[in-house]
Amino acid sequence: MPLLFWYDFDPLHSLYNWLRDNTSSEVVYVVAALVAATGILSFVGLGALVNVWLERRIIGRMQVRKGPNRVGPFGLLQPVADAIKLIQKEVLQPRDSDRALFNLPPILVFIPAMLTFSVFAWAPDLVYADLNVGVLFLLAISSITSLAIFVAGWSSNNKYALLGAMRVIAMAISYEIPLVLALLAPVIFAGTMSLAGIVDFQREYDVWLAFLLPTSLFIYAIAATAELNRTPADIAEAESEIVAGFHTEYSGMKFGLFYAVELINSLAVSGIVASLFFGGYSLYGLDDYIPPWIIFIGKIYFFYFGLIWLRGTWPRLRIDQLMAFAWKMLIPMALINIAVAATEVLLWRQLEWDNWVLGVFVAINLVTMVLLIGFFFRMITRDFYRLPRRVRLVHDVSVPSLPATRPAAGS
Amino acid sequence: MEDTAVIVAFYVLTIVTLGSALMVATVRDLVHAVLFLVLSFVGVAGLYITLSADFVAVVQVLIYVGAISVLMLFAILLTPRASRDNASVPYAAPIGVLAGLLGAVIIFVALKTDWATAPGGNKFETTAAEIGKALLDPFVIPFEVASVLLVIAMLGAILLVRPGEGGEPG
Repeated sequence: MPLLFWYDFDPLHSLYNWLRDNTSSEVVYVVAALVAATGILSFVGLGALVNVWLERRIIGRMQVRKGPNRVGPFGLLQPVADAIKLIQKEVLQPRDSDRALFNLPPILVFIPAMLTFSVFAWAPDLVYADLNVGVLFLLAISSITSLAIFVAGWSSNNKYALLGAMRVIAMAISYEIPLVLALLAPVIFAGTMSLAGIVDFQREYDVWLAFLLPTSLFIYAIAATAELNRTPADIAEAESEIVAGFHTEYSGMKFGLFYAVELINSLAVSGIVASLFFGGYSLYGLDDYIPPWIIFIGKIYFFYFGLIWLRGTWPRLRIDQLMAFAWKMLIPMALINIAVAATEVLLWRQLEWDNWVLGVFVAINLVTMVLLIGFFFRMITRDFYRLPRRVRLVHDVSVPSLPATRPAAGS
Repeated sequence: MEDTAVIVAFYVLTIVTLGSALMVATVRDLVHAVLFLVLSFVGVAGLYITLSADFVAVVQVLIYVGAISVLMLFAILLTPRASRDNASVPYAAPIGVLAGLLGAVIIFVALKTDWATAPGGNKFETTAAEIGKALLDPFVIPFEVASVLLVIAMLGAILLVRPGEGGEPG
């Protein structure tokens, strides 16, 4: 018998029952929608504040410095102070910017970031919108983000902002393909695109898709990091190259919104990884004793810590390296991965093999992933040093030879 | 109440779709035109949702809003600034007449058609699975032809940007 506490949302359940018995279905629908939206909004809003602190403190620790530690205990109130400062700052608008479009992107990037959380399964029967096209929905709305960032860069009427915007678009196009292909394999295995359905699949067969499809996880993790514009792939706002990229001209809370959305999107990606590959709210039976939504949030923050770790320790990739990595390594790997996954599902489902064969698949796929990564790393490291001889689209500009093309010292 | 909600949603989405489509044709700056086109695509996706075609709606957003519009923006930004003016189209009047005639024909056909509801009503719970089965069973040949077409287009694009003999774009 699972234990029940106040944090099991039992009062909400009684409220639902009471509403269903006493009012019409429309009222139940509206109230449920409002309550759930409030829950998601407060999680996301609090998350953005907490993440600012977490990120700065953890990266500070990794880089052997202190991080914010003055405002409040352990610097916990620093995000609040930052927010107040940002709200007070003067809102600047460049004279030659596009008036209407300039103010749109900070709002526009917020919408997909919020919508992502609506399809997550926080607990059994605790899904805001259990869409049966959930995974595709996530991909579709994440493509709106890159469009909003493009509008931000273009409307600023600033060379650096436009360069950042073009980089975002180029990167989004390149990394969207391996992202989609990587998420196709879990969908093939689970036989559904609903996130709750995929979590149910993992609970039913007691196997996390991370073990079953490690290649998918590898590709998705890399592609999602790139789409997030975080440090290993933050060429869109590379401080040392193009000032601050697409948000160069944004000041005050408009910049604050971009910053918050970046953190929220990191949470969203962690949530997608947690629910698609690591069983969502389930934890091998432990979810009977710990409230599932706490397990889910714990998993989200576990993977978010991974993202912070990447950000704190990795240098930025050059743009051509990043593009070559997507097109020459991730996409072929993803295609091979889908072929392997589809064959396995065909054998398992159509020939009605027993479920223990999933264990064999885990072993096969792990070996496949190691082989694929080994093979493609050899290929790509050879190709990286044969840089393109001819610069395209900018061939009027003389580009200084890159270190890799220069003759080695002493030869 | 559900019916009124759907009807209100239908009219709002129609106004958004048609209004932004009109703006695409009239607005001066081509980048604005593409962004209005995106809004129009989103409106169409909303209309699909009111028809409970969720898969088509999401794919509409994914492909048209996410990919096609980005390609258009790339194309616009790679053209010189002078040719980005939307207003200097010499064939505006004849094209307008043609579009008007086409619209009239479509409205005429739509009014004459007997829009009987299909028996069984909304019988697909999960449209994605049904579309997948339909693509791989009765419509497998059109599906394969479409993929061959895409491969040919991709090969053509690669051939166009391949360097020629002298190192120049071929």
